[in-house]
Amino acid sequence: MFKFFFKRLLVLVPVFFGVTLVAFGFIRALPGDPIEVLAGERGVSPERHAELMAQLGLDKPLWQQYLSYVGDVLQGDLGTSLITNRPVAEEFFELFPATAELAICAMLFAIIIGIPAGIVAAVKRGTLVDQGIMSLSLAGYSMPIFWWGLLLIILFSNTLNLTPVSGRLSFLFEVEPVTGFMLIDSLLSDEKGAFKSALHHLVLPTIVLGTIPLAVIARQTRSAMLEVLSEDYVRTAKAKGLSPLRVISVHALRNAMITVVTVIGLQVAVLLAGAILTETIFSWPGIGKWIIFSVFSRDYYAVQGGLLLIAACVMVVNLIVDLLYGLINPRIVH
Amino acid sequence: MKKTLLALSLGLGLAVSGAAQAKTLVFCSEGSPEGFNPSLYSAGTTFDASSQTIFNRLVQFEPGSTKVVPGLAESWTASADGLEYTFNLRKGVKYHTTKDFTPTRDFNADDILFTFNRMWKEDHPYHDVSGGDYKYFGWMSMGDLLKSIEKVDDYTVKFTLNYAEAPFVSNMAMDFASVLSAEYGDELAAAGNKADIDHKPVGTGPFVFKSYQKDAMIRYTAHDDYWNGRSNIDKLVFAITTDANVRYQKLKAGECHVMPYPNPADVAAMDKDPDINLLRQEGLNVGYLAFNTEKPPFDQKLVRQALNMAIDKQSILDVVFKGAGSIAKNPIPPTIWSYNDDVKDYDYNPEKAKAMLAEAGVSGLKTNIWAMPVQRPYNPNARRMAELIQADWAKVGVEAEIVTFEWGEYLKRSKNGEHDTVLLGWTGDNGDPDNFMYVLLGCDAAKDGGNRARWCNKEFDSTLREAKQVTDQAERTALYEHAQVIFKEEAPWVTIAHSVVFKPVRKEVTGFKVHPLGSHIFYDGVDLK
Repeated sequence: MFKFFFKRLLVLVPVFFGVTLVAFGFIRALPGDPIEVLAGERGVSPERHAELMAQLGLDKPLWQQYLSYVGDVLQGDLGTSLITNRPVAEEFFELFPATAELAICAMLFAIIIGIPAGIVAAVKRGTLVDQGIMSLSLAGYSMPIFWWGLLLIILFSNTLNLTPVSGRLSFLFEVEPVTGFMLIDSLLSDEKGAFKSALHHLVLPTIVLGTIPLAVIARQTRSAMLEVLSEDYVRTAKAKGLSPLRVISVHALRNAMITVVTVIGLQVAVLLAGAILTETIFSWPGIGKWIIFSVFSRDYYAVQGGLLLIAACVMVVNLIVDLLYGLINPRIVH
Repeated sequence: MKKTLLALSLGLGLAVSGAAQAKTLVFCSEGSPEGFNPSLYSAGTTFDASSQTIFNRLVQFEPGSTKVVPGLAESWTASADGLEYTFNLRKGVKYHTTKDFTPTRDFNADDILFTFNRMWKEDHPYHDVSGGDYKYFGWMSMGDLLKSIEKVDDYTVKFTLNYAEAPFVSNMAMDFASVLSAEYGDELAAAGNKADIDHKPVGTGPFVFKSYQKDAMIRYTAHDDYWNGRSNIDKLVFAITTDANVRYQKLKAGECHVMPYPNPADVAAMDKDPDINLLRQEGLNVGYLAFNTEKPPFDQKLVRQALNMAIDKQSILDVVFKGAGSIAKNPIPPTIWSYNDDVKDYDYNPEKAKAMLAEAGVSGLKTNIWAMPVQRPYNPNARRMAELIQADWAKVGVEAEIVTFEWGEYLKRSKNGEHDTVLLGWTGDNGDPDNFMYVLLGCDAAKDGGNRARWCNKEFDSTLREAKQVTDQAERTALYEHAQVIFKEEAPWVTIAHSVVFKPVRKEVTGFKVHPLGSHIFYDGVDLK
């Protein structure tokens, strides 16, 4: 296990340089610099432009800027936002819990519905039920997030008056951020009804963000289950007279889970990408919206720092997935 | 679950509609503020969240107009040569008490010195705090303009200028000139937390800053001791909602009372909605096509006039603005004083345009039209606008290629004069005609590139310079009216349109006015039924 961790840590070195280089290069490859973008139609004189570029250290050759950036990152300094003048890490960690909360809920929604749906489709292979589930999952997979979100808002918030349109909490409640997770913070606060309001606000964004992972998980569970269900040991289990529920849940599902867990791990990146749109539609104060705004305003340090931290999250999740393999199938030893 | 959700949403609706004891007004703002010090930032979201709520200025714009009225200064006088301005400060003005600061004295001249010296003097202890880039102070050339700021006594301050600049008083009403507390500054400096002055704001304005969660919500409460009377609104909430569709859905659902920047496509439906009042006003802006007058044949007045005549502006208005605009004939919008309504626009007349081009010796002209890559109130769809102009010009034998770049690049290249013709526009800062004409068409601006037509007309320029020197409004009006006549005759631009700004507010809101400078003001008569 220790060796496995050490190996994974070694892999982090090239990944770190890769991510910092890509993030650094990507934002600088976009034409226009932050000072020009900020000045807009008003413009900025060449002298003042040069002065501000020097002040921000953007007048140096690119390789020097990169090395100084990497040096700062290694010392734990992700830089300061060019727009808000606040440390990038501070902004990220202020917004990250909102994205994490939404992503966790969306993933739970996708798993809780996706895995049973996949199992049912596999067991009822070829029937109307199977075709129905697979058609729905295809539709879910192809759903444009923005359109889907607005559709749900119009239906559930405006027509049926069942859910709030957007935000994380009703303005009636004033909840002090403690963990940044609204469900937890609202429980910790003295505000009665805040938890319900937070839950209420989570419903639509969770459905919208969870739709694509749900579709993928359902399809992958079905195909993994089909493969396992045709294995000899499943036939043997059936021949031994075990109940169909036991055959599916103990013998088939556990072996199919390796594929499913891999897919779930991969969906984390999809969730973070989907969060950009979901957060925009639902005015969700998370990192997706922040990164997009930072790209548009050429906030170099916010984009670089944000991408690096997101990459770190994805790596952590993948590491957890790798460890889960061992739990699901003890033959896999790290 | 369904019942719970329904009950919650009904509860929410009732609360928003003012049934709760405290009157809470929710504004669905379009984005997060960059910070809470308007002198450091330039976005409207920052101004709405800080200068229009938390702070006051020496003088202020009257809500709904560009008229300058007293603010923290009760009155002011200008010397005959226009070089000295003396402001008499209001007494008994209280600063906000917050969880971080309790003021021990009222507002006085020290606060004015602290505010302006911070922006102006590089050796001021606060100058470099939060980046030290005072955008509008620089853009309005305040550093060059100011010679000295003196405290005559606790309630009198004198500004001495290096040259006469009539728009100076209007500049003092701009958001960047919001007055901070010197006492709070001293306290923070002693505690080593200088940057807090820009993030935990303390001002004299109608609302006290309470809390901010980035990209989510800003909360304010009414300032009980506000010098101009307590606000009718007890609590003000900015619910940050970046998407215009969602803002509209929130407004419909009663989750907010006022929303800015609706989608043009939703305007007709809003107009019919019985719960919504759709307020409208011509925006303080102008969208134009500038000819690069340094490049032939656009150096010929006749060619510029002909190409003006070749454009069907009404079609542009119908297609691009979808009715949410008005045809522009002057470089300033009609909401600005000195707008010359006697100026006659060029009629759409392709035949005459063709004849004039022939007279100028121009045939088979190949040129380009630069189309902005971004949406602006003065030009909601530059690409479409360019296509319409391209088609109109083709009818008079001019072949135009449409060119576009990424926004930063577009601005840089057009500033360098790489274009033949370029679509751009301007939104006013201080309601003064100088802020349009001198900034966009003066000879200095032709040199630094802000004047995209690169047009330097001696008579026009000297008229504008003269208008800067006199403080008498009637005299200035006459000069600007004359300048507009020269501009129209010389035709360095095709003036295309002024947008119409729509502001949907729920019916229970009373007294809300559309402010021509784009700010959202929840004081001065704003109330909830």
